[in-house]
Order: sequence, then structure tokens, then C-alpha cells
Amino acid sequence: MAHETIEAMNAVVTLDVALPGIVWPWLVTMNMWAKSIGTGVLFLGYFMFRYYGNENSVKEMKLPIAILSFTFLSMFLLFTLADLHQPFRMWHIFFYPHWTSPITVGAVIASVLMGLVSMLVVAAYLKRDDIFEKAWMPTLILAIPVTLYTATLMGMSTARELWQVPVELVQMMLAALLSGAATMLLFGHKFSFEVNRMLAIVLGASAAAGFTIYMGEYVFGPFKAEEVAATLAYIKGDGEYTAMFWIGQVIAFVIPMVLTYLGVTNKNRILLLPAAISALVGLWIVKHVWLMIPQLLPMS
Amino acid sequence: MKLGFLVDLNLCMGCKGCEIACKVENEVPLSSWRLRVKYVDVGTFPDTKRTYTPLRCNHCADAPCERICPVSALHYLDNGIVNVDKERCIGCAGCVMACPYGAIYIDPETNTADKCTYCAHRVSGGLMPSCVVACPVEANIFGDLEDTESNISRYIMQHQGNVQVRKPEKGTHPHHFYVGGGEIQLNPLASLRQEGHNLFNNITHLKHVGGHH
Repeated sequence: MAHETIEAMNAVVTLDVALPGIVWPWLVTMNMWAKSIGTGVLFLGYFMFRYYGNENSVKEMKLPIAILSFTFLSMFLLFTLADLHQPFRMWHIFFYPHWTSPITVGAVIASVLMGLVSMLVVAAYLKRDDIFEKAWMPTLILAIPVTLYTATLMGMSTARELWQVPVELVQMMLAALLSGAATMLLFGHKFSFEVNRMLAIVLGASAAAGFTIYMGEYVFGPFKAEEVAATLAYIKGDGEYTAMFWIGQVIAFVIPMVLTYLGVTNKNRILLLPAAISALVGLWIVKHVWLMIPQLLPMS
Repeated sequence: MKLGFLVDLNLCMGCKGCEIACKVENEVPLSSWRLRVKYVDVGTFPDTKRTYTPLRCNHCADAPCERICPVSALHYLDNGIVNVDKERCIGCAGCVMACPYGAIYIDPETNTADKCTYCAHRVSGGLMPSCVVACPVEANIFGDLEDTESNISRYIMQHQGNVQVRKPEKGTHPHHFYVGGGEIQLNPLASLRQEGHNLFNNITHLKHVGGHH
């Protein structure tokens, strides 16, 4: 409709100066990226403990996993705070909570998760397996909504139609699995090939699924709504983010898919290390592009 | 009481009197606007025409900004106005992202969200919003939508079939109406934004005090 109107009317905006521009900057990308790693290592830790818990190298991962999760969740909260224009009023969220907001819900569950992860760190450090075991499942369960809540926040951004809740929920979970597997593969030299193989399969499968969804949006997104078509124009042709989008897709998904496939079929663990690094770097780029482009769309 | 706004675009002549009155009344800082008039040029020379569209907060009945605000800084008043409590706002900018009309901005002086409040402070004292008072052609019509005898209700009745809201498909149920508008005025994607085609190209933006932008 709008496109035909432009053609027929030759309408040009000659004065409208109040476009807000980029409101959620790279700090929010860092937030999402760090959160993916912080919860992703917990999910992959579950798979490792569940299926390979008898291996000594896996048993020894309790403390590293807890520390990694604590570190990246702290980064996530730090960047969340840094993104606020009034960071010293953060406490308002807990004292004037508005429960229809995913920000409120996210802040509360992320705080509880941090408490549980801190407990895991202490328990693992003191080698108190009894406490670790008790805190492990609640931590894991809570890590799921913490992973997902940002998708609902993006979905509530009315008129940024590129962000649809169901798809973003899946993307958030895939990002966590991808980055969790990639982070664990950085320790791959400690594990048997079987553990490496499992991590590589999770990494490769997450990359394949993530890539498929992005390509689906890229090709079929414009049929959904004119806002989606206008948003995707920023990553098509000579769009502002075209190069960055494709670099991200290749580094985050294509290279890890190829390397994990070659690594698993050839039983070559060395290939899995660059796959992991590539996935972690690429994920940041992919998340950043997807965060930026809907913000370029004029709303008025 | 549910207060609403209507702009008759057939009457608006783009004088920007409303914009200035709003800025003065609400001490809106440089580079920020609670209300602004968008100019869109239509046609090919010599058959050209300039359209004017005052844009402000729509005070939606189902406001996405109110829903997403984590601390209820954006909240409803009993008269339907979506108000901002700047003392409570934490500056997360969720509301800026949630608003489908681009009506909310982060005030560069206070680092908090700000937007049109239909001059809630004036309304509570029985006065009209400053933009209504300033309009020389009475293109801005303000009143109680639940009162069938109010100016706005009668105007809507008189112009049935020609009353629009912006982006009705978003389900926000705006309390801000337009008469005489079309795609060009109300759909931001129906007009091009070409670099070098702005009347004022070098707009100065204030740096946020203590902010990260």
C-alpha cells in the first residue's frame, strides 16, 4: 500500500526532525550476548553432567561452569545497568514494580538466578556436592525464563514488527545453546572426544537452526507486514547493515556449521576450537544487526 | 471522563504555533519535541502541495508504553491521559521502543522519558492544553470523548467516515483523531525520507547530561 502511494504521490518528508534514532545501543547487544553465554553454559552443563557425569574431566567442570555463568551473568546485569539513563534509580524496579513489564519480571528473576549461581560457585569451591546438587535444578529451571524474557520485551515493541515473540523466543534459546556449546568447547582439550562430539553437535545444530530462521525472515519476512519489509531493506542491497548482516551470518552460523561437521566426521577436535570462537564472535554481530535495524525505521 | 484530541488537517496551515506553545509551556529542551508538525511535500513540480500533520502522543487506551514501563512512571490518569512521572523513570527507554508513533523521547536534560501529557497540569486547573490555545485556526479540538455534547464528540459525529487514527492495526486504540488525513499524513512509510530534502538539515542535538549517548 505504502509503496504504491509513494509512486503515485511522489511524497517526500521535508520536515520531521524528531526521529529518536538508536535508543538501545551496543550496550543492549552486550547484554543479550553475555546473557546467552551465562545461561548457555548452564544448559550445556546439564547435558554434560547428565550424560557424561562419570568422566572425571566433566565432574571437575562444576566450578568452571559456575564461575563462567556468574561472570557472564554479571556482565549482562552490568550492561543492563549501564544502558539505563538513570542507573542509580535501578532500585525503583523492586520498590515500584509494574508486573506487565518484561523488564520488571526479568530484573527479578535474573536477580534470583544470580543468587543461585553465586550459591553454585560457593558450593563448587567448597566441594559441597550436596548443596550444589540441591541448587542445580532450580538454577537450571530459572535460567530458561531468564534466557527468554528479552524476547518478550522485544515483542512488546509495537511497530518494530521484525521482532515477533515466538520467533525471538526460539532465537534466544538457540543463541544460548550455541554460545553455551561454543564456550564449553573452549575447554574441549580437557574432555573425551565423546563430550566434544556432543558439544559440537549442539553447536552445529543450533547454528543450522538459527541460520534457517534468519534466512526465513530475510526471504519471507516482507510478506508479513510493510514494517518488516521496510526494516529488512536495511540489510538488503546497499542497505546500511547489509555487509554486517552477512558477515554475522557467515561467522556465527555458516563457519561453525562447516567446521563442526568436519570436526565430528573426521574426529578432529582441533577444528572445533575455531568453530567455537567463530560462533561466539559472530553471535554478537548477528544480535547487534537484529537489534539495530528496527530502530532505523521512522515511526511517525 | 476520557479526554481526547482531534486535529482537522484541512484547517492546519503548518504555522508551528502549537509546537512553540508546547515548548514554552512544558520547557521542552532544544532538540526535543513533545509535539511537532511534520511537513510532507506531495506531487511533482509544478503540481505540488505541502501537507502538515501535527504529531503528538496518542494517549492510547491500550498504551504499549504504559504496559512496558517497569516502574509505572508512565501511568493513566482518571481522565484517560497517559502521564509521565519523571521522578520515578529509570530511563530504560522501553517506552520509546514500545511506542508505535515515535512520540516518546529521552529528555536530554533529565535523562528520563518525556512526551505530550495533553498538558495535564493545565487540564487539572480547567485550562485547555497550550497547543489548543495557540492554534490560530482552531484545528486542534480537545475535550471529553464520553460527553456527547463536547466539541470533540460533536466534531467526530459531524465528520463520520472521515475520522482516522494513526496505525489502527496496532490495536492501541488511540484517543487522538485526525480529520482529512490520508496515507501520506498518517503512515510514515508512505513518504520518502531523502537526505538533503529537509528544510533544516543541520539540527543540533543536545548531549545527554551524564548519559551514554
